[in-house]
Amino acid sequence: MQLIVNGLSCIRGGRPVLENVSFTLEQGKALVVTGPNGIGKSSLLRTLAGLVHANAGTVKLEGGDEELSVGQQAHYFGHADAIKPALTLKENLDFWQSFYGSPTRTAYEALLEVDLGDLIDMPAAYLSAGQRRRLSLSRLLVCHRPLWLLDEPTSALDAASERKLEILMAEHLEKGGLIIAATHAPLGLLNPDRLELGREQIADPFADDELFEQDQLQESQQ
Amino acid sequence: MSAMGALFKREIQLSVRVGGGALMGVLFFLIVVTVFPFAVGPDLNLLARLGPAVLWIGALLATLLGLDRLYQADQDDGSLDLLLLTDHPLELIVLIKCTAQWVATGLPLVLAAPLLSLFLNLEPVGIAAVTATLLVGTPALTLIGSVGAALTVILRRGGLLLSILILPLTIPILIFGVSASVGAVTEPAPFTTPFYILCAISLLMLIIGPIASAAALRTAQE
Repeated sequence: MQLIVNGLSCIRGGRPVLENVSFTLEQGKALVVTGPNGIGKSSLLRTLAGLVHANAGTVKLEGGDEELSVGQQAHYFGHADAIKPALTLKENLDFWQSFYGSPTRTAYEALLEVDLGDLIDMPAAYLSAGQRRRLSLSRLLVCHRPLWLLDEPTSALDAASERKLEILMAEHLEKGGLIIAATHAPLGLLNPDRLELGREQIADPFADDELFEQDQLQESQQ
Repeated sequence: MSAMGALFKREIQLSVRVGGGALMGVLFFLIVVTVFPFAVGPDLNLLARLGPAVLWIGALLATLLGLDRLYQADQDDGSLDLLLLTDHPLELIVLIKCTAQWVATGLPLVLAAPLLSLFLNLEPVGIAAVTATLLVGTPALTLIGSVGAALTVILRRGGLLLSILILPLTIPILIFGVSASVGAVTEPAPFTTPFYILCAISLLMLIIGPIASAAALRTAQE
């Protein structure tokens, strides 16, 4: 399975936010998208998910389900938590599991992974910002989707939770998943691909040389 | 549980719990209908003649009350994005949400109507007629309102605009609903003709409502 993105462009509000972005992501690999604020990291993830219409270019998950779009095979973990305060943690998770299908863990097992197991029957309204974030993260664990699109996944997380996130991401990759993360923080991923969004979409000159070459190689492959 | 069953259950839970609007509509209905005789005065014949119209206007306004959050709540917390990332047709999602909305806010109005009819000095046949027209007509109100809610989903003060957009479109429902109710008790005005037209409008909205709402929601995502 590999994700092939070719010449992706997106115009929002009359302003181009993505211009000719191309990359290939292999199975079991992660791609870290970096760049200054407002450069289009979130837009890239939303365009990949199909939530924002791409003006040009293609996104294809090769080896995935032909019947489904890339977005339908992806978990989108954005800034919004998609949590209903009036429902308990279990009800929040059970809903997404039933709605998305292909269940993997029960709600309780997923909550244990993010250290919220003992709050399972509490209404989500009582959670702190970091706990909400972790509950939202556990949504990715209750049903299987090969591609994870993570937008600033570490925001509002404490150091221990960040560690936990690293482990969960590593597990997902090990099982042959793919991850694309837009972030400013080091994510502790082992040797990820990198994509630096800039005015001209050039690779990060400060990234280490080997990775830099890898990117160049992949981009030239397109 | 099936995906749509899970969605229906969640919508019902959200409307009956804290912050949901299930009881608000029927309480508002109660207040409007109760206030009316105070304004009109103690003329029982006049009240009986105005009764069906009062009940219908009360039901119309009460239905509009809870509609502004129908999609906006999901838009604000990011759930709408996630609902879109499935192969379930958006039209079906909209239809399930509208059904749950009607069960939580429309059905209580229908059930309260016979009781409130007594306040307005309606005779038994008239009570049955008003209740029947409300049962058939309120789903159409919810479905038309759903289109307005979808169109105003990204607007901060969408509720007001929603009412302005929707109220003119509900006039046919109001006309046929009230004339069927009046026809049931007044010779020679017919009951069945306007009642059947009301049924036809509801069935038509059952098709147009979900399609138009889904189209509006897709546009709003851009």
